[in-house]
Amino acid sequence: MQGFRRLALAVMLAGAALPALAVNPDEVLEDPALEERARDISAGLRCLVCQNESIDESNASLARDLRLLVRERLLEGDSNEEVVDYVVDRYGEFVLLRPTTGGWNWLLWASGPLLFLIALTLAAIYLRARATGPADTGLSEDEQKRLDEILKS
Amino acid sequence: MITELGHFALILAFLVSLVQAVVPLVGAHKRWPGWMAMAEPAATAQFALTAASFCALTYAFVVSDFSLRLVYLNSHSAKPMIYKISGVWGNHEGSMLLWVLILTLFGALAAWFGGNLPPTLRARVLAVQSSVAAAFFAFIIFTSNPFLRLGVPPFDGQDLNPLLQDPGLAFHPPFLYLGYVGLSICFSFAVAALIEGRVDAAWGRWVRPWTLVSWVFLTIGIALGSWWAYYELGWGGFWFWDPVENASFMPWLFAAALLHSAIVVEKREALKSWTVLLAILAFGFSLIGTFIVRSGLLTSVHAFANDPERGQFILMILVFFTGGALTLFAARAQAMEAKGVFGVVSRESALVLNNILLAVSSFVVFVGTMWPFVAEMLFDRKLSVGPPFFNMAFTPFMVVLGLALPLGSMLAWKRGKLSRVARDLAPAFGLALALMGLVWAMQTGRSLMGPIGVFLGTWLIAGAATDLVSRTGRNRDLSRLARLPRADWGKAVAHAGLGVTMLGIAGLMAWQEEDIRVAQLNESFEVGGFTLELLSVDRVQGPNYISTMGDVRLSKDGREIARLNPEKRNYPVAEMPTTEAAIDYRVMRDVYVVIGDPQEGGGWVMRTYIKPLANWIWAGSILMALGGTLSLSDRRYRVAAGAAKPTPATGVPAE
Repeated sequence: MQGFRRLALAVMLAGAALPALAVNPDEVLEDPALEERARDISAGLRCLVCQNESIDESNASLARDLRLLVRERLLEGDSNEEVVDYVVDRYGEFVLLRPTTGGWNWLLWASGPLLFLIALTLAAIYLRARATGPADTGLSEDEQKRLDEILKS
Repeated sequence: MITELGHFALILAFLVSLVQAVVPLVGAHKRWPGWMAMAEPAATAQFALTAASFCALTYAFVVSDFSLRLVYLNSHSAKPMIYKISGVWGNHEGSMLLWVLILTLFGALAAWFGGNLPPTLRARVLAVQSSVAAAFFAFIIFTSNPFLRLGVPPFDGQDLNPLLQDPGLAFHPPFLYLGYVGLSICFSFAVAALIEGRVDAAWGRWVRPWTLVSWVFLTIGIALGSWWAYYELGWGGFWFWDPVENASFMPWLFAAALLHSAIVVEKREALKSWTVLLAILAFGFSLIGTFIVRSGLLTSVHAFANDPERGQFILMILVFFTGGALTLFAARAQAMEAKGVFGVVSRESALVLNNILLAVSSFVVFVGTMWPFVAEMLFDRKLSVGPPFFNMAFTPFMVVLGLALPLGSMLAWKRGKLSRVARDLAPAFGLALALMGLVWAMQTGRSLMGPIGVFLGTWLIAGAATDLVSRTGRNRDLSRLARLPRADWGKAVAHAGLGVTMLGIAGLMAWQEEDIRVAQLNESFEVGGFTLELLSVDRVQGPNYISTMGDVRLSKDGREIARLNPEKRNYPVAEMPTTEAAIDYRVMRDVYVVIGDPQEGGGWVMRTYIKPLANWIWAGSILMALGGTLSLSDRRYRVAAGAAKPTPATGVPAE
């Protein structure tokens, strides 16, 4: 564990100038279960200097620092939530790609289902009106056609 | 000289568009045939002038005239010819010129092929279309003039963003704009019908082909963009829920809703006011998309021109046209009384459900896209709304849509029987269930996404096939398949295409495998049943870049199946590196290889992905576009579309 941290530090110092591709082999944790948790967490954290990428996808060196930070916290024995909280404490909720439900954000999460319910209600009223609406005085074209068919057979 | 002529043509086109926006409208109101007839030559002239202007700009790019500011900023003499040409629209000003070129093209097409429209409607459609064009001409001339000269022409240009120097992205914007802007015609038809106070089956029949054209182009444009992201960005993502992607996706969803509701207007004269509203919203969302891309309001990987002044101008255009049309709609919608009576279980109701699902899901995308802005303005919170939100909030609607689609698309018009449709579809349902069970058994402990996607995809494809077969009559005479109207084929192909895309998305997201390692030369390694070996890494000089190119042998069961050449390119003029993944495309899976940096202890960083069913995403999109095209070539649009006489184009109802 100590070795990883020293390695990480060395890489951070040495690799600062190089543009590195997203997750690099030297970042990968030995424990696959822990690494998978790190990847999951990284996919939900935004790279702050990029336009719209998670730190898992980004090539920026800041994203790399954050990836290493996430792994470091995991090695310290933090749970996933604790790691995310730790990052949010430092960088604000802007880093969360999945917004919380706190505050007015409930409206963001509820807007789809709410609108769907409203639309369904309106549609139900409309369809009921259509189904029982005043019948046409004459026959429509389709009805006439069907009548013709019935009379023929 | 040619540049100045192009500039002049653009100003002339602006003037023509102003005249065309007013004179025919007055003519239609006063019933003066001469004033109305003016619209047609004006639309042609507008298109010809804009085309001349566009050609002049293209010429400047082709000959690398660096005295033109735009060419200097976005081109370089060493750039391959195709990217010199695509550089014309690889920037804000040029892309706006392409935008109005397509806008006037659609106006001209409406003039040329609108011969069977009632003269007042045609005059009004062309006038409204021209007023939209006028607004964008003004935008270009006053805020984004592509024809500005530089006092001292530099020796060479600054090159186009290397990410844009790619065949997929070269043609992504034109297709996207053909779609975006095509919706302007539907908008013009909607506003003209509101002014006219009349929406009938004939109106539905005129609007639907334009919607289909726009939707087909949008489908191709979005698919090209997503394919580009897949192979260019270096890790094989195909959709990022980026604001700019969402900006093209929202009009696509609305266009899909519109082309379905226009069928109801055409065949049953119901849902009229809703269809008019959709036509307004579809183009409204195209404008919102333009605003998002060009205002810099939302951060995005694509944003071109982060200029508040331009943003304000587009916002004004957006508010004027959408707001104006919606006001007109509020005033006039009551006049459009629906005629058709239909039962709660009927094709009409199914299409209403389709419209609800598409419109609500588009709204979810809209809220998610705008929320960071809203939260910052109103609640002083700086937050992000990223892919996890969209995946959770958007996907359920698509699942419901996929579940309902085969059932709804086979219900009879007016009054359907669910039990009968369910009986017809039982084999398709069984097949989908069986395949779902199979993949469920084969995968252990992974997400539900794979099995659900397999179920939906199979259900949609088998459902589309069932729909076609059910049209062959009671004794299932398959030779009649060839004689079915093309609209029926189009419908089945497009719906099956959606299924194929859903299969691809689910397969890719659920079963992707990834391997990250330092690969030593000539040491093989295994990923997902494949053996890879890095044979060599060379420096290769490209036309305007230097490449570090790996040579990778891909083999399976000891047999070489492909040689892959992943690259890292460096564009010295633009000072930007790009990664070029090497992909072994196969039907059931892609093998995707990316090369990274050399390591101090020797070897190179290599990432290898196994991407199951990846191609199906784009194959499905192509099928959807093909379905739309088939539907567009249906007899009823080729033969005198104007007459309101009923043609038996729908074939025999499934009874």
